[in-house]
Amino acid sequence: MSVGAPKIPVRVAEVVEVNALIKRFRFVRRDGGPMPVFSGGAHVVVDMDDHGTRRMNPYSLMSDPADTSGYEISVRRDDAGRGGSLFLHRHVTPGMDLVISSPVNLFPLDARARKHLMIAGGIGITPFLSQIAALSRLGGRFELHYSARTRDLAAYADDLTARHGDKVRLYLDDQGQAIDLNRLLQGQPLGTHLYVCGPKGMIGWVCRTAESLGWPKSAVHSEEFLAPPVGLPFQVQLATSGKTITVGPAQSLLEAIEAAGVDAPYLCRGGACGECETDVLGCDGQIAHNDHWLTDEQKVGNTKIMPCVSRFQGKTLILDR
Amino acid sequence: MTTSFPPAMRSRPVYGVLTARPGTGHLIVADGEGADAVTDMIAAATDAAAMLARSHIIYVPGPTGTDRAETLRALGAAQFHRSPSFAACLPRLQKVLADAQMGMQIYVAGTEGVIGQVQQQAMLAGLPWQAVQTEHRGSTVRRVQCVHCKGITEAVRTDPFPCSHCGLNLFVRDHYSRRIAAFQGVNIDAEDPGQVPPPVERFA
Repeated sequence: MSVGAPKIPVRVAEVVEVNALIKRFRFVRRDGGPMPVFSGGAHVVVDMDDHGTRRMNPYSLMSDPADTSGYEISVRRDDAGRGGSLFLHRHVTPGMDLVISSPVNLFPLDARARKHLMIAGGIGITPFLSQIAALSRLGGRFELHYSARTRDLAAYADDLTARHGDKVRLYLDDQGQAIDLNRLLQGQPLGTHLYVCGPKGMIGWVCRTAESLGWPKSAVHSEEFLAPPVGLPFQVQLATSGKTITVGPAQSLLEAIEAAGVDAPYLCRGGACGECETDVLGCDGQIAHNDHWLTDEQKVGNTKIMPCVSRFQGKTLILDR
Repeated sequence: MTTSFPPAMRSRPVYGVLTARPGTGHLIVADGEGADAVTDMIAAATDAAAMLARSHIIYVPGPTGTDRAETLRALGAAQFHRSPSFAACLPRLQKVLADAQMGMQIYVAGTEGVIGQVQQQAMLAGLPWQAVQTEHRGSTVRRVQCVHCKGITEAVRTDPFPCSHCGLNLFVRDHYSRRIAAFQGVNIDAEDPGQVPPPVERFA
C-alpha cells in the first residue's frame, strides 16, 4: 500500500535514447488532464508488469516542475540489476500504458539557503535538472559540479552548459578531471547548502569531506536510491497475518510480502524514506540491513527492518506484519 | 555547571554542552557565566592552541552583573571583543557572519536571550539553527515578546510582569519563537481587568 496521494494512470508519450546507457521517458495522463505540480528533487515510483513480475522502481523527475503537461524520467540501463531498468529500456515504447505514483520529495532544496551547491555523479544528475529548472525561475543562486565517465555519457551536460554557462562545471574521468572537493567546500559563503546525488562512493566521499571541514549535517543533503540486492532465498513469518512466506533470490522482502497478499506500507522502495519500517518480533540469525534509514544502533539492535531493501540469513525471522 | 531545566512543552529550547569541533574558524559568543562554558570547552579541546588561533570571541557581561571578560581575554584568541551589551555587538556579529564561509563553527553560551539572538542571526545568515552549538549557564531571566503590542522586554524575572512597552500585565509562557528569539507573554487580566495575581519570581 503506497502511502499518500493516489496513483496516476499514464501513457508513454515519448522515448528518447540520450546516450549508450540512458533513455528518457515522457509520461502523460491517460485522461489528458494535467499532472500534479511537484517540487525539484521529487521522484515517482514506476509500476511495471514485466511479463508477470511486478516491478516498482523509484526514478527522479527531471522535467521542469512547472510543466504539468507531463513528467520525464531518465533511466540508466543496469545490465546486472534485477530487471526494472532493462524492462524500461527493452520493452517500454511510446503508446504503452503504465501506472506511476504521485510525486514524493525526499531530496528537496532548502529554501532558506543563501546558495545551493550541487554535486552530481553520472545518472545522479536527474534530480538536479528539475531543481535547476525551479531555481532558474525563482532566481536562486546555484552552482553545479557534474562528473561523468566520458563526454558522451555526460547526459544533458551540453544543454546545462548552454543554458547556465559558468554555473555548471563538468568533470570527465577519461580526461583525468576530478572535483577539487577540499577547495570547493572551503570557499563557500555562510548559508550555502550542499546537495549530492550519484554513486555510493561519491556520496560517502562528499559527506565525509564536508563533515571534516566543519559543515553542519543539516546543510548537507544526499539521495541514493538502492536497488534491492539479490541474495539467498529465506523464510519469514508474518505474525499479524499468520503467514509464512519465502523470499526469492531476486525478490525483495517487501515484494514477497505483497505477493502473499499482505498490504504493507511503502513509498520510495529504495531504502531512503523510512515508510516501510517494520518491527522485528523475533530474529535468530543475521539481518542484512541495506537501508539508509535506520541508525547504526537500530541496525545492531535487530528490532526494526526495512523490507524494501534488507534481507535475512539464519533460522527464524518474525515480523509484525 | 550547565543549567538543567524542568521538562516543558516541545517549543521550549533545549541546550547542549559546548564541544570543540573541527572547523575552518570558530565564532564564540558568551554572556555572563557563559564564559565558564567557553573555558571548559577550550580546556577539553584536543588542540586548544590551534583552535584559539582561529577563534573570534565576543563577550557581554551577564544580566546579573557577572563580568568574566578578563578570563576570556587571557585565553589569547585571535580576536577578543568585550561589548557592554548584546545590542552593541550586533553590528560586529552581523559583519562576521556576512564575511564567513561554510566550515566556521558557531558556539554560544550564557543566558537564553543571548543564545536565542545569536541563533537568530545565524539563521538570518542562511545557516540551519541546528548548526549553532549552545550551552546555558547562569541567569534564567527571559526575553519575552508581548503578543499584543509585539514589544520585547529583556531580562524578565517575574511572572506575571508588566510589558515594558504597552504596560499590559503579561503571563510568561514556555512557548518560544526561534524566529523572534523570545518567549511569549500573554495578557493575564484580559477578561477581568485588574484581577492580576501577585508576581512570583520564577526566573533568577
